[in-house]
Amino acid sequence: MTQMLPLALTDVTVRRRGKRIIGPVTHRLEQGPPTIVIGPNGSGKTTLLRVMHGIERINAGQVAWTHDAPDQQAFVFQSPIVLRRSVAENLAYPLRLAGVDKVEITSRVTTWLARIGLGAFANTAATRLSGGERQKLAIARALIRTPQVLFLDEPCANLDGHTTREIEALLSETATAGTRLIMATHNMGQARRLAGDVIFMLNGKIHECGAVDYIMNTPQTPELKAFLQGDIVT
Amino acid sequence: MNDILQGLSAAFWLVVSLDAELIDISLRSLRVTLTALFISCIIAVPLGAYLAVQRFRYRRFVIAGINALMGLPPVVVGLVVYLLLSRSGPFGVLGLLFTPTAMIIAQVIIITPLIASIAHQAIRELWAEYHDLLISLNTTKWQRIKTLIWDGRRNLLTAALAGFGRAIGEVGAIMIVGGNIDNVTRVLTTAIALETGKGDFALALGLGFVLIGLSMIVSVTIHSLSRTEREGRW
Repeated sequence: MTQMLPLALTDVTVRRRGKRIIGPVTHRLEQGPPTIVIGPNGSGKTTLLRVMHGIERINAGQVAWTHDAPDQQAFVFQSPIVLRRSVAENLAYPLRLAGVDKVEITSRVTTWLARIGLGAFANTAATRLSGGERQKLAIARALIRTPQVLFLDEPCANLDGHTTREIEALLSETATAGTRLIMATHNMGQARRLAGDVIFMLNGKIHECGAVDYIMNTPQTPELKAFLQGDIVT
Repeated sequence: MNDILQGLSAAFWLVVSLDAELIDISLRSLRVTLTALFISCIIAVPLGAYLAVQRFRYRRFVIAGINALMGLPPVVVGLVVYLLLSRSGPFGVLGLLFTPTAMIIAQVIIITPLIASIAHQAIRELWAEYHDLLISLNTTKWQRIKTLIWDGRRNLLTAALAGFGRAIGEVGAIMIVGGNIDNVTRVLTTAIALETGKGDFALALGLGFVLIGLSMIVSVTIHSLSRTEREGRW
């Protein structure tokens, strides 16, 4: 399988209705441990992830994958989007799109249902699941095609501690298995637990970035220091 | 009040005695209406979905046009179809005037905009919900339309039933293009119009009650077959 990474963002700018949302952003993502994007609300975390994934139109700059393979990347949204189908059908959907044969689909769906603990809900309408179950389903659906790169936009927002722990365990296993994770979060504890490196976004720009220990222990700017201390940063 | 009671009584005896003419007229009504509905759905549902997912120039104009055509006067449709199918018209050579086929054509023209408009509304809402996911999964336009039609099938059923209700109760257009010929193009609505003209209100009401009953049976049957009220499972 051809490696998609590194991903190079060069002077990327996104504007909406004349207002700059992010940019100019220049960054390079290599193969490696998970990258966690942190920053206050409205700093551009979600837009940055969407730009990388290719679902946000850019107004200037360039997004260049070493090998561009849209079917080798997936995105998990903050509010999980579930299809109005059964849980099993939700998992099977990306495989059907990819033309995977029925036997293989059944096998993978069964495996993933067990892995996320939703085996008993295989034939239940996905819209009937709780928020945490929906998010686990959305993550499993994103991972069922074994993508090289997985983007997650605050996947544990509004979830209880138990579900958050389950999702973090799943993400750690995924990262260990070789999928490159790029995740936005507000949860600093989660960032410390999962991150290999951290990007701190502020006012639509990458304010600081680096290895997790370096960013968390020796912030170089007063804004990051304030953010890590829980102060309001604008 | 007396006429209504006589009508109920007439309806009861018509049904109980399995009146041959009533059965013939009812079956013709169903055949014409369900055929028109089937053809309309094949045209209107993909059209509604396409208008929901595809952006193009004059799209709003097309949607406004379809919405406006929902109020198309059936008598005018009947007149236009009559002129097109009459011997001196462009399709006169087909010899379709005063046949059930002519009635189906008129009904298709009347109900297609109605079904397309309701389908478009239903699919547009679903598209807003699914948009990010389907874009993220790198789906083709055709895959998006298929997904939206399948997942929106319950709402689309409502569109189809609205079309069925309009078609089965239609009288103006099919009277003009069908001619209300006994044993050939006479359906429940034109028979009701005929009996009312003859002053046989009891029979007209009887046929009216049969028409209402038939319409309800079809609606309940379609709902039951599609399990619209059982959301828990698919």
